[in-house]
Amino acid sequence: MHTDELVRMLATRLEPVPVGAVRQRWSYALALSMSIAFILMWWSLGLRPTLSTTVALPMFWIKLGLPSFLLAGGLLATTRLARPGARLGHTPWLIAAPVILIWALAAFTLIDAPADARGTLLYGDSWRVCPFLIAELSLPTFIATLWALRGLAPTQLRRTGAAAGLLAGAVGALVYSLHCPELAAPFIGLWYVLGIALPTALGACLGPRLLRW
Amino acid sequence: MEGTEARLKTLMSEAQRGDAAAYERLLAALATHLRAFFRRRLSRDPDSVEDLVQETLIAVHNQRHTFAPDQPFTPWVHAIAKYKLIDAFRRRAARPEEPLPEDDALDVLAERATEAATAKRDVAKLLATLPAHFRLPIEQVKLQGLSVQEASVRTGMSVSAVKIGIHRGLKLLARNLQVVSDAHG
Repeated sequence: MHTDELVRMLATRLEPVPVGAVRQRWSYALALSMSIAFILMWWSLGLRPTLSTTVALPMFWIKLGLPSFLLAGGLLATTRLARPGARLGHTPWLIAAPVILIWALAAFTLIDAPADARGTLLYGDSWRVCPFLIAELSLPTFIATLWALRGLAPTQLRRTGAAAGLLAGAVGALVYSLHCPELAAPFIGLWYVLGIALPTALGACLGPRLLRW
Repeated sequence: MEGTEARLKTLMSEAQRGDAAAYERLLAALATHLRAFFRRRLSRDPDSVEDLVQETLIAVHNQRHTFAPDQPFTPWVHAIAKYKLIDAFRRRAARPEEPLPEDDALDVLAERATEAATAKRDVAKLLATLPAHFRLPIEQVKLQGLSVQEASVRTGMSVSAVKIGIHRGLKLLARNLQVVSDAHG
């Protein structure tokens, strides 16, 4: 087929592009997968029994804040990378900032604490399961985000995969924090960040294979 | 260049609202730009230029919903063209047994520049290999210019099935274009 014919064919009976179709795709993917992750947490782990009193502690909000900011940064990065030619701009800094802040807070806490308390601050009671449960709870969003991306046009596949994994990991951590008994900044800075890094790395590995178009 | 950006962006906005005439002008202008873009970068393989032009035009069509009106148009097209070019290089690298054409291919470049336009891979032939529920809607609506409703009556498919058939069919066509170029280069 001659290129002129192809052009004519593509233009014939052109359908308008539905307004807000891309935004809608993201909204569905996120709303559905966050609900599934929450239900999964509720059924298999349960809400933290002391949640109603914990909400009064500032550290609880810091624990919620880290994944919340990473979720915002991950969503911004993923949605931008899904459009050809869109720039990331300051998004990498938006993602780095909450991690740097929690690490700074963790360092202060550790320096401030007596030497024999530092192990507890870092490992808590649940370090063995924390990163894996976060990674597990990130799976619904991981799948939903890749589905959303397959209908869009990312051109930097490894980066996009990593951004999608970060978004999913942040959702997993946010949901998990409603169950998690730990409140120490060193614990959050190490195991939460590791739990979010797992799906991020997985996304970077799978991106080039799964997101091709 | 600034004039081109403004002109193409206006055409794209009109096309997204469903203006077929603006869209045809946009794609025709893009074909010219893309041909120059790929020819500069594929001086060792001028035969593939028109293939990539067509592949990119179909990609632009399939991904036109990812263009946001508040975004500049040139970087959007450029990113798609570059992605398709790198993808073609990657496919080529996976088949090292097929040597790149020698530099004397450059001599025929001038002639090719004027004639252009027929690709090695025939989109029409590929279209014929699609399953009927994709092929018929594309043939009747996109080639014969029937309305979606008319095509629905003729094929016995529902209106939404015809629309989905066109959409999915063009996606499959884009994928088959890559597979064919994997096989024959």
